[in-house]
Amino acid sequence: MSEPKMPAGAELPDWTLLPPILHRHAPAGRSALLPALLEVQALYGHVPQPAAEQIAHALATPLADVHGVVEFYSLLYNEPIGQTVVRVCTDPSCALRGGDALLAAACRHAGVEEGETTPDCTLTVERSPCLGHCNAGVAVNLSSGLPARTTTYVQASPESLADLLAGKGQTPADRGSEDFVGGDLRVITPLCGRGRRTTLGEYEAAGGMQALRKALASLQPEQVVERVRQSELLGRGGAAFPTGMKWESAAKAAATPKYFVVNADESEPGTFKDRILLEGDPCRVLEGALLGAYAIGASRIYLYLRGEYPLALERVEAALAELRQAGYLGEAILGSTYDVDVEVRSGAGAYICGEETALFESIEGKRGFPRIKPPFPTTQGLFGQPTAINNVETLAQIPYIVLHGPAAFQELGTAESTGPKLLCVSGDIARPGLYEIGFGVTLRHLVENLAGGVTGGALQALLVGGAAGTFATPAELETPITFQGLRAAGLTLGSGAVMVFNDQRDLRDLLRRLGRFFAHESCGKCYPCQLGTQRQFEILSRLAEKRLLPGDSERLREIGWTMSDASLCGLGQTAASALFSAMKRWPELFEPKGAA
Amino acid sequence: MSEVTLTIDGRPVTVAAETTLLQAAAQLQIEIPTICYHEACTPNAICRMCVVEVEKQRLLQPACVAQVREGMVVQTRSERVERSRRTLLELLDSAVDLSDAPDIQAQIVDYAARPARFPEAERRSPPVLDDNPMYIRDYAKCVLCWRCVQVCAEDAQYTFALSFEGRGFETQIGTFFEQPMPATSCVFCGQCVGVCPSGALKPRREWLLEQGKTADDILEQTRAERRRSRRSSPA
Repeated sequence: MSEPKMPAGAELPDWTLLPPILHRHAPAGRSALLPALLEVQALYGHVPQPAAEQIAHALATPLADVHGVVEFYSLLYNEPIGQTVVRVCTDPSCALRGGDALLAAACRHAGVEEGETTPDCTLTVERSPCLGHCNAGVAVNLSSGLPARTTTYVQASPESLADLLAGKGQTPADRGSEDFVGGDLRVITPLCGRGRRTTLGEYEAAGGMQALRKALASLQPEQVVERVRQSELLGRGGAAFPTGMKWESAAKAAATPKYFVVNADESEPGTFKDRILLEGDPCRVLEGALLGAYAIGASRIYLYLRGEYPLALERVEAALAELRQAGYLGEAILGSTYDVDVEVRSGAGAYICGEETALFESIEGKRGFPRIKPPFPTTQGLFGQPTAINNVETLAQIPYIVLHGPAAFQELGTAESTGPKLLCVSGDIARPGLYEIGFGVTLRHLVENLAGGVTGGALQALLVGGAAGTFATPAELETPITFQGLRAAGLTLGSGAVMVFNDQRDLRDLLRRLGRFFAHESCGKCYPCQLGTQRQFEILSRLAEKRLLPGDSERLREIGWTMSDASLCGLGQTAASALFSAMKRWPELFEPKGAA
Repeated sequence: MSEVTLTIDGRPVTVAAETTLLQAAAQLQIEIPTICYHEACTPNAICRMCVVEVEKQRLLQPACVAQVREGMVVQTRSERVERSRRTLLELLDSAVDLSDAPDIQAQIVDYAARPARFPEAERRSPPVLDDNPMYIRDYAKCVLCWRCVQVCAEDAQYTFALSFEGRGFETQIGTFFEQPMPATSCVFCGQCVGVCPSGALKPRREWLLEQGKTADDILEQTRAERRRSRRSSPA
C-alpha cells in the first residue's frame, strides 16, 4: 500500500473518540458494521487501518471482511480523502442541465481529475451516480468537515461552485427550491412538497395514524393482510409484486422472530419519489410500515435509507422521535399488547442494495451481494428469518387501504392496476416534479397536461422506468399508464421515473451514461453482469463517440441477451433493457456508417 | 425421502426431491459445464456457465443450485443456453488470462467461443503478488470463482484471510488493507491453491520453475530468503 497522504499540518488522529463508538455497537456484532464504519469515517474522514482493526475486534468480524465491506461501498474510503468531497451527478436528467460542465469546473478548481484528491487533501472531486434530485439538477452531494456533515444541493451550476464549496447552496428545504408535487390526486402526497417535514401532530390533524389505531383496536393481523390482499396493491419499487401475497406468506411463516423492512434505498436514475415522501411526510410511510409489521407479526422494523439522502435521514429520525414520544413505538404501543420498534440503517453508496437480498446482506454487515432465490425473503430473509420488505411508496398507500377499505383504493386506479401511483418527471419538461395520478391516464396526459409539455424542442423520447427501464417515442404517448398497458406496448413502469428528452438531445450520449451507471453499480458477483456491464459500457462509449466498430451491434445484443437471460439478480437482468428498447426504436443509431 | 421425475434433454430421470439439476443431469451422464462450482464448496451460482433452459421459466436457471421439480422439462444445450455460455466464455476471455485454465480452454473449444471477440476491451492485469514462501497470487488469471475465499472461511479452514477489493468489473480477491500474506491470518494450509481453477494461485516453486529458474536456483534463493528473514525478525 502506498504511504497514506496526510494533509499538511494535520494532527494525529484522536483515537480516544473510538471506544465509545465500539462500545455502543459491540452488542449487535457484525450487523453493526456499516453503522460503525460510517461513524468512524465521519470522525476521521476515512476508515484508518487501526480503526478498522478495532472495529473488527469489537464486532467479532474477520479483518479481511471489514476491508472487503469498506471496498464495496462508494461512500466508504480506506485511505485519506479530501476534507471536502464534492460528488456531482452526471446521470441523465442532471446531464441535461450541465452536470458534466459542473464536474469539469470542480476538477479545474481543484486541479485534479475526477475521482482524485488534491495533494493537500483539501478537496476530492467525484462523479456521482443519480442523487435523486432529477427534478432540480444539477445535484451535488457535499461532505465537509470533521465530523463530516453531508448535504445534497440542488440547482447547482459552475457559477454557483464557489458558494457550494462554502456550504451555501440550495436544498429542497430552502424557500424557492421546494420539490414540486402535483398531479390529479393527492391521496398519498397531500402533505409533501411544502419545503418542510410534516410533523406527527400535523399528520394526525389531517387524519393520520387513524389506520394504525383502528387496526390495533379492532383488526386482527390477518384482517390487515386480507385488506391489503383485496386491494390488489402491487409493489411500487419496480417489481410490481402483490403486496398482500407477500405479507400473507410472511405472516404464515412459522419461524420467529420476523422482520419488516422498509426499502428506502431509492437509487434508480430518474427516481425521487421515496425521497420526497420521506422528507415531506415521513409519518405516513412509518404508519404503513407499522401496519405491515403488525400484519406479519414482526416486532422489529428496519428502514434502510439511501446513504446519499441526508435530509431524509434527519427528518425520518425526527419523525421517529415524535412517534416514540407519542407512544406509537416501543412496548405495548397505544395501549395494545403489540411491541414494535424501528431502526434506521444508512446505506453507503451502492445501487445494488436496493435489491432486497443485497439489502439484507448490507444490514447484516456484509458486501451487498444479492443472494440466490429461492429461498425467498418471506421464509428466509433478514438474518435468515421470515421478512417482508416493501418500497416506501408501497407503504405510503397502506394507511388509506386499511382506513377506507380495498374498494375505495381500487376506485382510484384501473381494474388491474389499482390505486394511485407516483411518477417522477424530469428532463426537458416545463414543470419537473412528482406527480400523483390514478392508474389509467396516458403518458400524454402526464407529460403535456400535468407537467406542462416538452421544453427546448419537440419530444424525441421518454425514458420510462429509469436506467433499467425502456424508451418510448412520441408515437407511444397514448399508452395508458398501467402495469398492463405499458407492458403491452413493450414498456415497463419500473420505479415510476419518466425522463423527457427533446429532439436536440443526443441519445447516444444518454446510452453511454446508462452504460456507465450499470458498470459502476454492478456488484461483481455473477459473470454476466460483472463482465457484461463493463463490455457494454465500452461499446456504448464508442457509440457516443460515433466510432462503432463493425459487429458492435451484434456484440451489444449478445451481451444484453446473456445478461438478461443468465444474470443472478434484477440489476444484470435489466442492464440492457433500455438499450434494447433503443435498438428497436432507433436502429439507425447503431449503424457504424450512419454514426458519422 | 420422496422422489420426482423430470425430463432432461428429452430423457426421463427419477431422482430424490432435494437433487439439483446438475446432479440429476449427471445421473444421465449429461455433463453441464461449470467454472465456479466445486464439490467441496457451497455453490454460489456465480459463473452462470451451468445455466439451463427450463420450460415455463422466463430466465435460464443455474443447474448447480436449481432443484428438480416433478414434471420439469429441461434443455441443457438449447440455442439460448449455447448462446449464453459462448458469450460468457468470450467475456471471460476478454478480461482474464486463461492460459493456465485448461478446463475453461476446453469449454472455449466446445462452445466455439471466438477469440478476441471484444476489441479494445480493458483487461484485468494486476502484477503478480510474490509475498510469501509458499504460493504466489497472479490475479490477472483470477476468474473470481470465490473458491479460495470460501475454503479460507466457512467452507473449510475458518481462517478468514481473504475478502474482496473493489466491486463490479474492478473486483479482486484481497487481504486486509492489502497486507502481504504473512501479515494476515493465513496459516498457509494451501487449500486455496488446491481449489483454484485457473492458475491464479500457484505453489511458488512451480511458478519459479515456470520463470526459468532451475531447482538449484530455487534452493539457493529460498535459503537466502530464509537467512534474510531470520536476521530481520526480532530475536
